[in-house]
Amino acid sequence: MKDESGTGENAAVVAMQPPIISVRGVSLAFPSKNGGEPIRVLDEVTTTVAPGEFVCIVGPSGCGKSTLLNIVGGFLRATEGVVLVEGQTVRGPDPRRIFVFQENGVFPWLTVRENIGFGLRGRAHAERARLVAHYTEMVGLTGFERAYPRELSGGMRQRVEIARALAADPQIIYMDEPFGALDFITRLKMRADLVRIWQAEKKTVLFVTHDIEEAVQLADRILVLSQRPATIQETVVIDLPRPRDLDSPGYLAKRDHIFRTMGMSLRVGV
Amino acid sequence: MGAAPVSAPQPEMPVGLPPGSVTALRDTRRRAPFNPGRFLRPLAVGCVFLLLWDGCVRWSGSDLFPKPLEVARGIVELIQKGLLFKYIVASLFRVTWGFGLAVLVGVPVGLALGWYTKAFEAFNPMIQVFRPISPIAWIPVAILWFGVSDAAPIFLIFLASVFPITVSATSAVQNMQPVYLRAAENFGLGQWELFTRVIFRACLPQILTGIRIALGIAWLVVVAAEMIAVNSGLGYLIIDARNAGKRYDLVVAGMVMIGLIGLVLDLLVRRLENFDEVRWGYTDRR
Repeated sequence: MKDESGTGENAAVVAMQPPIISVRGVSLAFPSKNGGEPIRVLDEVTTTVAPGEFVCIVGPSGCGKSTLLNIVGGFLRATEGVVLVEGQTVRGPDPRRIFVFQENGVFPWLTVRENIGFGLRGRAHAERARLVAHYTEMVGLTGFERAYPRELSGGMRQRVEIARALAADPQIIYMDEPFGALDFITRLKMRADLVRIWQAEKKTVLFVTHDIEEAVQLADRILVLSQRPATIQETVVIDLPRPRDLDSPGYLAKRDHIFRTMGMSLRVGV
Repeated sequence: MGAAPVSAPQPEMPVGLPPGSVTALRDTRRRAPFNPGRFLRPLAVGCVFLLLWDGCVRWSGSDLFPKPLEVARGIVELIQKGLLFKYIVASLFRVTWGFGLAVLVGVPVGLALGWYTKAFEAFNPMIQVFRPISPIAWIPVAILWFGVSDAAPIFLIFLASVFPITVSATSAVQNMQPVYLRAAENFGLGQWELFTRVIFRACLPQILTGIRIALGIAWLVVVAAEMIAVNSGLGYLIIDARNAGKRYDLVVAGMVMIGLIGLVLDLLVRRLENFDEVRWGYTDRR
């Protein structure tokens, strides 16, 4: 495991704090269908995430990125190893850590307003209305409060889900290729908005993507996974100021570095 | 509806409409422009049918089978005697009870069977054996148990409609998008909230389809049940008109009323499918 040592300001601050997420020796194997060798998906993944950090997980398709995120999020159990959040072993999903799903988990039977307020039951009415209005505006959906998800575009639906996650005020947001199903232009816009929102909210974000450019644009740190069984092949610190210029030499250098890392391992795989 | 957001960047608008117009968009999509053909075509088909019917009866020279006009006179006669309204109410009363009970039992049982796999494995084979038994086959049993009373047809209607409702609720839960469950789980919903706020809501479109099918069956069954087990209702009207003097004009009048009321019932349930709470579950085919 090589560490590309960039000492950006945020990275330095982040490194001093005790981790909020700690993944220790996580392995996962599925029993194979025809009774042969079990299929090993993850192999002793160990890493930490600091509070307020934005970490992206990239890797070749089918390598187990989403699987790893699902284990950290408590939706899947690891075969070996543990995940700790704030020192507590993760035993299942928790409202303090909200997942944003690739396939869009917005409830189609609720309006935009009702979706965003979904995690706020039990709050006083006025407080709830204030929070919903705040996050509706933050994701740029003011005016669409009474619309139903089927009346919105894919990008807008994903905004609803992000607002729903933020409104619940979680410590951590897990994002599983949230922009994977969107068209290119929409994706660019969503990324820029996510950076703006993250800077305002300072939540810890763990973000899975297959898009290297996306990862370099968003992350403080990128975990590059290898092919299956996946291990962390490399950790790349991105110490560029935000919002990031997608033409800057620094950005391109990081991007090309990760491309090479993944490209090489692919060639070895063949 | 609010104004366009100023501070936050604009999200992609659907087909270049200003914010707030999504609701308007929804309405215009529903309402097709006035198209006289939509009314004239079925009207023409209906007229041709009545003419053919009339012609066939005249050509055959039958004096038992009524011509359309005689059926119309029969309906007027039933109204004047005060029978038509009374029988319609009697039939609807039985359907309301039998069908209502079936909804009250079938929806929760169906949801539970869809959710609890072990219960499903235990009960499903028995349900699948009971389901194909025609409600008509239960008529002798119903008379044995309930005698000649309203309870017999109500029981039969219940039996006829409870299975489609249960089965649709069960399969709705089983085919639910897992992402809704995971999201609900993530927000820390308890078992009761999970059922009421997520599972029930996610399954409602499919449950409603089951309800529509069940109501159609219930309306078929009430007529059959009334022919045998009671002495009121539209089914009784038909069998009585035949037995008490071969009044086929009244027989067909009864049939016409059954058809029209069945149509109205179906239209009413279809209306429910347009509510926003369930519309997302149907692909728009209009």
